[in-house]
Amino acid sequence: MTGNETLIDILKSLEAEALQALEAAREPGELENLRIRYLGRKEGRISGVLRRLGELPPEDRPAAGAEANRVKKSVQAALEARKKALEEGGGEEALEGGGLDLSLPGRRSWHGARHPVTQVIDEIWDIFRSLGFTRARGPEAETEWYNFVALNTPLDHPAADEQDTLYLRDSFLLRTHTSPVQIRTMERYPPPVRIIVPGMVYRRDTPDATHTPAFQQIEGLAVDEGITFVDFKATLAEFARRFWGPGTRVRFRPSFFPFTEPSAEVDVKRVITRADGSVTETDWVEIMGAGMVDPAVLENAGYDAERYTGFAFGMGPARIAALKFGIPDIRAFFENDIRFLRQFSGDPRLLNPSVST
Amino acid sequence: MNISYRWLQALRPDLTLSPVETAEVLALRGAPVEEILPASSGLQGLVVGRVEEVHGHPDADRLWVCRVDVGDAGETKPLQVVCGAPNVRSGGLYPFAPVGAVLPGGLEVGRASIRGVESQGMLCSEAELDLGPDAAGLLELEGEPEPGTTLARALGLDDWLLDVEVTANRGDLLSHLGVARELPPPGEDAGARGVDVSAEPGEEPLPAIPGATSFRPTLETDGEEVSSEGVRIRIQDPDLCSRYLGAVIRGVTVGPSPAWLANRLRAAGARPINNVVDATNYVLLELGQPLHAFDLDRLEESTVVVRRARQGEPLRTLDGEDRSLTSEMLAICDASRPVAIAGVMGGEDSEVSDETTDLLLECALFEPKSVRATRSALGMSTDASYRFERGVDPAGMERALTRAVEIIQATGGGTPEDVVLDVCPGPWQGLRVPLRPSRVEAVLGVAMGPVELEELLSPMGFRVLGSEGDTLDVSVPGFRSYDVRREVDLIEEVARSYGFDRFPEDLGAFRPGTVPDDSLFRLEDELRDLLVGEGLLEAQVAPFAPDREGEVALSNPVNVEEGFLRTRLLPGLFRRAEFNFARGIRNIRLFTLGTVFFRGAPGELPREEIRLGLILTGDRHPLHWADESPKADLWDVKGFLELLLFGARLGEATIQEGAPKEATGGQIVPGRGFSVTDGDGRLVGWGGEVDEGVVDAPAWADPLFGVELILPDPPPAPPTPLFEEPPAFPGVDRDLALLIPGDLPARKVEQVIRGAAGPLLVDLLVFDLYEGKGVPTGMRSVAFRLRYQSRERTLTDRAVDDSVVAVMDRLREELGVKPRE
Repeated sequence: MTGNETLIDILKSLEAEALQALEAAREPGELENLRIRYLGRKEGRISGVLRRLGELPPEDRPAAGAEANRVKKSVQAALEARKKALEEGGGEEALEGGGLDLSLPGRRSWHGARHPVTQVIDEIWDIFRSLGFTRARGPEAETEWYNFVALNTPLDHPAADEQDTLYLRDSFLLRTHTSPVQIRTMERYPPPVRIIVPGMVYRRDTPDATHTPAFQQIEGLAVDEGITFVDFKATLAEFARRFWGPGTRVRFRPSFFPFTEPSAEVDVKRVITRADGSVTETDWVEIMGAGMVDPAVLENAGYDAERYTGFAFGMGPARIAALKFGIPDIRAFFENDIRFLRQFSGDPRLLNPSVST
Repeated sequence: MNISYRWLQALRPDLTLSPVETAEVLALRGAPVEEILPASSGLQGLVVGRVEEVHGHPDADRLWVCRVDVGDAGETKPLQVVCGAPNVRSGGLYPFAPVGAVLPGGLEVGRASIRGVESQGMLCSEAELDLGPDAAGLLELEGEPEPGTTLARALGLDDWLLDVEVTANRGDLLSHLGVARELPPPGEDAGARGVDVSAEPGEEPLPAIPGATSFRPTLETDGEEVSSEGVRIRIQDPDLCSRYLGAVIRGVTVGPSPAWLANRLRAAGARPINNVVDATNYVLLELGQPLHAFDLDRLEESTVVVRRARQGEPLRTLDGEDRSLTSEMLAICDASRPVAIAGVMGGEDSEVSDETTDLLLECALFEPKSVRATRSALGMSTDASYRFERGVDPAGMERALTRAVEIIQATGGGTPEDVVLDVCPGPWQGLRVPLRPSRVEAVLGVAMGPVELEELLSPMGFRVLGSEGDTLDVSVPGFRSYDVRREVDLIEEVARSYGFDRFPEDLGAFRPGTVPDDSLFRLEDELRDLLVGEGLLEAQVAPFAPDREGEVALSNPVNVEEGFLRTRLLPGLFRRAEFNFARGIRNIRLFTLGTVFFRGAPGELPREEIRLGLILTGDRHPLHWADESPKADLWDVKGFLELLLFGARLGEATIQEGAPKEATGGQIVPGRGFSVTDGDGRLVGWGGEVDEGVVDAPAWADPLFGVELILPDPPPAPPTPLFEEPPAFPGVDRDLALLIPGDLPARKVEQVIRGAAGPLLVDLLVFDLYEGKGVPTGMRSVAFRLRYQSRERTLTDRAVDDSVVAVMDRLREELGVKPRE
């Protein structure tokens, strides 16, 4: 920040302060005191700022000087107006409109809100829709074939351990990820495929601040001729920059998922602009697992893996919502405390949870 | 995987990266480091103390009063310390904890008076420092460290422990050598180019073993059975064990490991036990090859047979557990009985002990799936099984075995037999995978020629042996032979070596897909908009339910109280109401969209439905100073049902009085519920006042109302509105106040009015209901407003009067209903 900006900022806040003080003044005597405090030649605070113009580099002086004159005129005008108002009307607000107290609050309805995780899913969906994706869905109770085997995850491979599965009878299970919908969709539709799959998934996790046994996931899949690692990176980097802002840095780290190869974890480093205008970068935060679709997956779905290539990704909107809204414990998403949910209605007055219900 | 930074340095003397930089490089190569800990984290403030004088305690036989030199670490010099250890001697060097230090077990050392003699600190045993099991005496420090030296430094623990997260495909990273191979040569851009292990894979130089002589055995190899010097090894089930190497060492002294070995293990987070076990653990941690040492004298007929166990064969394993083996488990047996579970854990009886002199050292390769099945059937996981499951380098076995022999000999003496028994039914043949540069470009989007591909692959241990046409013939090193088996696996290695960050991010053109946007998602979106607009908050409710509310059971629920999947949404919302009531919240308006599950046909998946649930209680509107404050009631429920009929695209559906018990689980108050049936007569929704007994509500709570709706799947397309010219002529309203018997539904009256009024009636609504004074008992006065309108002309009073008369006649005739006078 240059010294010039600082001076202009100071002038602006002085102006706001002066106007507020004038509005609050009830007597001509107060007005005179305010005139001396802000506009006085010797001790006036605006004059004080004007004297500091000399500290600025010569090229910055005209802009700051102009601003100082503008503020001086504005405060002067407000002072005159207030003086006149006090002389004429005594300054008290009258009940206007025939005795009705118009300061009473208006009649309102209850505020509804989408669940915060839904809001994040909506935002993600909006971005992918504009990148040519459609939404697909599949069952939440699944077979081992769709959840594991067709996704190139043999049940006797250690990779199957990493998702602690909730089983039903007959080797059926609750899907541990939305990836089975990749197979189901490719079985039903010919390429090209460009889908995202929001939906509930399940793991045998004991609930804590970062785990719930049921949680939302969003899967993505794009398969066509000629889709490469470059398209994969480009699409997800584009998504990340649209979601977290254009300055966001995106990093692709090698990883392992049985159904993609090469596989990557995608990290973002966000740029945060504070209220005081300063800019900082966050740490790298992992936001999704992704990669090029493994040819075995395409074959299991009946696609010609020599001809078609593609990429897939999966992310957790609850985790992203927790990051975005600063929620320390994701169990809150399932508690559905009214005071929590109302904070996401978009009405800033409802942000304070102490407002009566 | 716990990796010692100093051990990495020993394997890669060229390593110039700091621990933090090492972690950053590993992250970019697919092995992120979860945390970096100083290896000596429990030893803060502890130093080396030298005992200068030892005197007997004046008042206790078994205590000693020592003068201890602790360098600059003490307040006075030397310090006086009372000690009970039998091995304390003048001139000895021991760990010293000054007053104020906290031992690993949490004990804070205080200034103490022991039987009248002041003690200014504490001399420590191995056990007290959590460095090993020995609690009998003080830990004797080797290597003449200066008094006052930090204990961490004296123990070689001035190190960092890197907790490396290893993915399931990379068994080769479960060793220090494997991690060292991933590190780039000095000066190379960390993320970009691969390692430069210039030696052939598997022949990298290893750190020297102090005092070791090189062991160069002769291999006696056979596919089934080998005997030498009275020791016999036989593989009976070659499908589960492709190779078994056995080395014999005679005359070994088993005892504590020397400091370098014990410290190295500690630095990698392992506990030293004795020199033989420590040697096998050292090799496991360094090279990734699990080894097992048998007390040769405990093996009947000095024989090892590798075979499937007999059903029910017993074995007490090293952890003291009695195990019953099955015929699917591979066992290491002597002439008669199992002595180890192959690749999982050894038996207690043949374990190396202080009396052991002759050893059989096993270095074998077991089939990963069999080890996995065995250890999971036994409910255990060991360092060995973890590595066998993920794949152990088939080309690294001989080196691992000879290294262990060298360490044992260097630390425990003895004489290894020159002949190593090598039963090898499935020798490692090497693995070759074809790679087409055209395919690399098709997958990665960047063109790379054969030379560049070779440059990228060879630092990672792959070799291009030749080419046929455009296809390269690539050999895979043994340590990658489990996860690099196909062309696409090599392509991933190319991408990793090239560096993911170097690929461009140009968003190219794309074709639209063939998959239509799912219409149920769209319907859900519309319903959210509708209900949020009505002031409802969306809730998210997990589908787990107690058994009385579910049909589909979980085999392994997280919480046994919720071992089923829900068949209805409302009970979950009722619990959310209770949660909010318990927090003093009285106005609750929630909805949720979610799946319910029903038993499927035999052999079929459960049947799923997507449903909408909502609950209401409390004030209908936020309190306002100008209004009365009505509570939500049954008419809100019916209003929501009416709203949702078209909102949920149930166009043909109708609302009936009464909610069937089977659907609501009896949770709706009888006579205060509604049901919705679709065009086919199928029940698709219900709602009403929730029975008091269902919800644990405080006394101040208002009545609770609920609605549940089955969404059509797939939903029908919303109807397209057809334009109709608004009428050009004014309409006429007539109000009729009718006396209706209490048991006659208003809907019947409405039907008669509509039937009798003729085509000019365009709208009909109830605008008042009155019971009480002026109305006979058992009757209600219901006021209807009838709107008449014509598209052709302005209506005359006469025409409207005629219709009203007809309506009244029909009401009287059919229902006995009369106007209220």
